[in-house]
Amino acid sequence: MFFDNLPALAVAVPLFGAFLTPLVSKIGDRARNVFVILVMGLTTTVVFLLVNDVFTNGIQTYVFGGSYQPGETVIRIFFEVDGLSAFMAIIAVVLPLVAVIYSWGFMKKETGLDKYYTLILLMTTGMIGLVLTGDMFNFFVFLEITSISSAALVAFWVNKGKAVDAGFKYIVISSIGALFVLFAIALLYGQYDALNMAVLANSIQYTFLDKMALVLLLVALAMKAGIVPMHMWLPDAYGCAPSSVTLVLIGATQASLYGVFRVVFTLYGRELTTAVNQVSLNVLLSVFIVALALATIVVGVLMALKQSNLKRMIAFAAVAEIGYMILAVGAALSTITVDSNTGVTMLTESGEMALKGGLFHIINDALDIGLLFLVAGAIYYATRETSVNKLGGLARNMKYTTVFFLIGLLAVSGMPPMNGFASKLLIYESTYQINPILAVIAILCSILLLAVFVKVFHSVFLGPKLSVFKDTKEVPKSMLLAMGIIAIVIVFFGIFPELVVNNIVQPAADALTDMLKNGLYVKAVLGVI
Amino acid sequence: MLEWFSFLETFKTGSGLWNPLVWGVAAVITFLIIYIIRGQGKKDYKRDTEQTKVFLSGNPEFDDKEKMHVKGSNVYWGFMETLQGVYKTLSDMHTGVVSDYVLWFMIVLGLFLIVLVGVF
Amino acid sequence: MIYNIPYLAVAALILVGLYGVVFKRNLIKMVIGVTLIESGVNLFLITLGYRKGSTAPIYTSSPGGLMSLPVPQALTLTSIVIGVAVLALMLSFVVYIYRHYKTLDARKIGGEDE
Repeated sequence: MFFDNLPALAVAVPLFGAFLTPLVSKIGDRARNVFVILVMGLTTTVVFLLVNDVFTNGIQTYVFGGSYQPGETVIRIFFEVDGLSAFMAIIAVVLPLVAVIYSWGFMKKETGLDKYYTLILLMTTGMIGLVLTGDMFNFFVFLEITSISSAALVAFWVNKGKAVDAGFKYIVISSIGALFVLFAIALLYGQYDALNMAVLANSIQYTFLDKMALVLLLVALAMKAGIVPMHMWLPDAYGCAPSSVTLVLIGATQASLYGVFRVVFTLYGRELTTAVNQVSLNVLLSVFIVALALATIVVGVLMALKQSNLKRMIAFAAVAEIGYMILAVGAALSTITVDSNTGVTMLTESGEMALKGGLFHIINDALDIGLLFLVAGAIYYATRETSVNKLGGLARNMKYTTVFFLIGLLAVSGMPPMNGFASKLLIYESTYQINPILAVIAILCSILLLAVFVKVFHSVFLGPKLSVFKDTKEVPKSMLLAMGIIAIVIVFFGIFPELVVNNIVQPAADALTDMLKNGLYVKAVLGVI
Repeated sequence: MLEWFSFLETFKTGSGLWNPLVWGVAAVITFLIIYIIRGQGKKDYKRDTEQTKVFLSGNPEFDDKEKMHVKGSNVYWGFMETLQGVYKTLSDMHTGVVSDYVLWFMIVLGLFLIVLVGVF
Repeated sequence: MIYNIPYLAVAALILVGLYGVVFKRNLIKMVIGVTLIESGVNLFLITLGYRKGSTAPIYTSSPGGLMSLPVPQALTLTSIVIGVAVLALMLSFVVYIYRHYKTLDARKIGGEDE
C-alpha cells in the first residue's frame, strides 16, 4: 500500500511534518532539529522511490480520492509524474535537505526557529506539489503556497529593514504573477471546461483566447523565474535572505521555469507547428525566448561584475545561469520540423542535444550556485561582514571553505572537470550549429563569470593576513557537512557525465518532446484517443 | 541496475567527445612531469635571502597589511572605467522600487501581446 | 450587451489595480492595488460559470432546469482564501517597514546601498 500512494505521500509527509514542528519544538531545540531532518530524509526516500519507479516504468498517474480507469470522464485531481516531473522533483527535494542540515549550525543563535523550520517544510511541500501535479488549478495553488512561505522566509531577519523590504517586493511581484496565471487558467477553463493538463493538451485549438492564455502564462511564469527585464526582484530577495533559505529559493525559481516548459511543450505541444502569419509558431516563440535569454545572460554578468555585496553578486550570476537554460531550450524549440514525407514531427539532432544540455544545466546550476551561496553564508557566519571590500586573507583561517569555494567557482564558470563544463559544452556545441552568434555570446559571458568569481577568490581568500580576522575560526561541522555533500555531488556529476545524462536527463528530454511524437502524456489519462 | 563499465563511458555531444577520466589521467601525468622538471632546481637559488620575499614592484611593504591589500571592488578598475556609460544605464534601471518592476512586466507583456497575438 | 458588463467590470478592476501598483508611491496603496487585481480575477472566474436563466447549484434532489456551473465557484473560494493570506502577509510587512524606516514612501526606501 505504501508503494501505490507514492505521489500523495511525497506531498503529505512534509505537510504533516510542517504542522507537527511547532509541537515538537516545545520539547527542545535538539529534538526539533532531529525531527525536521528525519522528516526531510523520509521525504527524500519517498521521492527517490517515485523517481526510480517513473524512470523504469513510464508515466505514473495518481487520483486523489477515488479509482480511475483510463478512458472515463476526468473529474478528480490528478498527479501525473513523467520524466520531466521526476527530474525536477530530485532538485526540489535535495536542496531543502541540504538546507536543513546547513541550518543546524548556521541558525543556531537565532530565535523563532520553530516558525523557520515550519516554513521550510511548507516550501518543500509547495515545490514538490508544483512539479508533480497534472491539474492546472492545483498548479496555481502550489505556486501560491511556495511564494507565500518563501516571502515570509526572505524577511526572516526582521531587525534589518532591508530584508523586510525585499520580502515585500517579492510577495508583490509573486502575487501579481500568480494572479495573471489564474487569469489565463480561467480563460482556458472557460473555453474547454477542463482543468486537467492532459485533457487540455488533447483538446486545445489555437483560437484567439488560447493565444492570450499562452502569452499570459509564459510572461507571468518567466517573471517568477527571473528572466530579464523582470529579474530585478531576484538580487533583492536572494541577497537579503539567510543563506539556507536562498538555497531553497533557487529550487522554487527553477520550479517556475518548469512551469514555462510544461506550458509551452505539453499544453501547447500539438499546436507548436501551426502557422501564424506564414511563420511557424515555434520559430516565433523561440526568437522571443532566445532574445530574452541573451539579454538575461549579458545583463546578469555585467551587473555581477559591479557589485560589492557578495550575495548580490552571486544572485546576479544566478540570473545569468537561468539565461543559459532558456537559451538552450529556446534554440531547441526552433528546430522542430514536420517531415513532409512521413508527417512525423521531430527535432534535428542539434535540437535534441540543446534540449539535453539545457535540462542538464538546470540541475548543475542549482548545485553550483547553491554551493556558492552556502560559502557566502559561511563567510557571513564567521566574520559578520557581507561586503567584499572589507574581507581579505581568509584562506589561512577557513581552509575547507576555501576549497569548497574553489570547486563552486570552477563549476559555475564551466571549467573541467566539474559538471558545469559538461552541460555548457553541450549548450555551446548545439547552439553553435543553430546560430553561431548564440554560442559566441554564451562563451564570452562564461569567461566574464569566471572573472567575477576569480576577483572574489583573490580579494577575499588570498592575500596577506589582516589583523581584524585574527580570531576567525572555521565554521561548525554541520555547515561543512552540507557544503561537502553538494561538492561531492558536483564532482561526481563532473566525472561521470554520460551516466547522468543517459539515466536522468534523457527521460526528461523525452518527456518534453512527448506531445509532439507519441502523446503518452495524454494516453496515460484518457486511454487511447 | 548499472554495470561498472557504464561509469567509464565517453560523453558524446553531437559534434565532440569529452572523457573526464582520460583528461584526469593526462592532467596527473602532466603534473608529474612538470613537478619533476621543477624539482631539479636552479643553480643560483640561495635560501633565506632577499630572493624569497614577496614581489611588490617597488612599493613599500607595511607592517599593517590593511594598507597593502587591494580591495575587492578595485580589482577590475580599467574594465569598469571603459564601460562607464553602460553601467550608468544599467544601474539606473535597477532602482529598488517595486512599481518599476511591475512596469517592466507590463511592458514585456504588451510587447508579447502585440506581436504574438495580434491585439491592436 | 448587458451580459458583457461583468467582463467590462473585470477589465476595469484589473486596470485600476495595475495603475495603483505602478504609479502610486504609498506602500498601502500598492497593497490595495494588488487586492483590486485579485478581486477582478475572482469576478472573472465567477462570471464564467453563469448560464442564462439558471438557478444556484445547491440542490441534492434537483427540481430540473438549468444550473450554473459549480466548479468555478469552488475555484473562486480557494482563490479568495489565498488572497486573504497574501494580504495579511503584505500588511504585516508594511507594519515592519514603517517601524524601521518611519516612512511609507516607496521611492525613499527602495534604494540599494551598493
